[in-house]
Amino acid sequence: MENRSLVSLVDYTKEKLVYLLQMAAEFERQPNRHLLDGKIVATLFFEPSTRTRLSFETAANRLGAKVIGFSDPKVTSSTKGETLKDTIMMVSNYADIIVMRHYLEGAARYASEIAPVPILNAGDGANQHPSQTMLDLYSIYKTQGTLENLDIYLVGDLKYGRTVHSLLTAMRHFNPTFHFIAPDELAMPEVWKSYCRDNNIRYVEHKEFDEDVIAGADILYMTRVQRERFTDLMEYERVKDRYLLKLPMLAKAKPNMRILHPLPRVNEIDYAIDETPYAYFFQQAKNGLYAREALICDALGITLDEIKA
Amino acid sequence: MKPKELQVAAIENGTVIDHIPSEKLFDVVRLLHLEQMPHSITVGYNLKSQKMGRKSIIKIAGKFFSDSELNTLAVAVPNCSLVIIRDYSVVEKKKVTLPDTLIDTIHCPNPKCITNNEPMRTRFHVLNPALGIVRCDYCNRETTLAEVTVK
Repeated sequence: MENRSLVSLVDYTKEKLVYLLQMAAEFERQPNRHLLDGKIVATLFFEPSTRTRLSFETAANRLGAKVIGFSDPKVTSSTKGETLKDTIMMVSNYADIIVMRHYLEGAARYASEIAPVPILNAGDGANQHPSQTMLDLYSIYKTQGTLENLDIYLVGDLKYGRTVHSLLTAMRHFNPTFHFIAPDELAMPEVWKSYCRDNNIRYVEHKEFDEDVIAGADILYMTRVQRERFTDLMEYERVKDRYLLKLPMLAKAKPNMRILHPLPRVNEIDYAIDETPYAYFFQQAKNGLYAREALICDALGITLDEIKA
Repeated sequence: MKPKELQVAAIENGTVIDHIPSEKLFDVVRLLHLEQMPHSITVGYNLKSQKMGRKSIIKIAGKFFSDSELNTLAVAVPNCSLVIIRDYSVVEKKKVTLPDTLIDTIHCPNPKCITNNEPMRTRFHVLNPALGIVRCDYCNRETTLAEVTVK
């Protein structure tokens, strides 16, 4: 049987990404569909992640599936030394598909190679988090009406932020211009800049983060600058407030500009901004539901035509 | 002229792996699983070499390896010399070349990689054979062969 697991979006073609976005749009039109009646979705969270788990479980429930799984590995046999392989093989006996979050990088790839049922990667350490990328793409598509030729500003932690790296790879099909705004310690790594050059992705690095810079943005993708990422805490104290988004900084923003954030937010987006039409991060999280309904169906071999029928 | 003296006895048939940097000797043993072989194996360690200063040499009597077995040596000793001996004569000389994929030959240097935490085989894709750049198929970490250890 063809392996329908989703480990990473890296190898997905433009056509496949657009197809999944169309599927997500169909689920937004009508989220409750009995496409998975009688199916069982397992959610195995070897690392806690409340938002991602609730989103996947809601998606499964709205499709009519039953959900089994765990949200805390402390209650499982992995604390007794059970290998990932044994856990996956055991759960494969019960479930039609496995949604897995794991703290080790490459865990999803390995699980997809051994499991007889499809694996959906819900995040493997610092490596991949394709359902987040899918909902980011869908949010950009929905707010801009297109994915083509956009100016996307990435702000904050561009070194460790896996979501921003995944976004770079997924957007390479759509002729974007990326703008990088980050403290030196968390700047976009050279390996990713070279990835951009190799894939003809234009990028601009900005020193300032102010209303004049933001004026060019279609999408302002904010991430959290975390204290624990800094080796030099003096440096953290110097830069921590420089990457906070305040209301006056939106004075020159384009009307179509939208602010995205993978959440959780701490203080990097001023609460006053929540009331503006630019704030989109809560709807973005909601789009995760539709994106995940699409990913679950696709992994189970359900086509867009079947969903529309 | 003084007759050339062999530092390690000749073999009648088999494989000679020469010009091994001395400190890499045990990597070669592990890569070819020599410790599990029934064949007679002669090992010369820290021998004088005009080319290298010090070198190691391994002679495996009665054993002929496949190219894919020998090519795993490229991860540790890319410049070693391979000589095939039949009836005390050299019948073939080979160089090792890095294969496209390395299966279970090296450890991933990323401690958070699944391959370092599960009883499983490693798999690397060779991105640049000349520079020895490889990528772990699981965690996607890119690394150079100079930074990895042999399994």
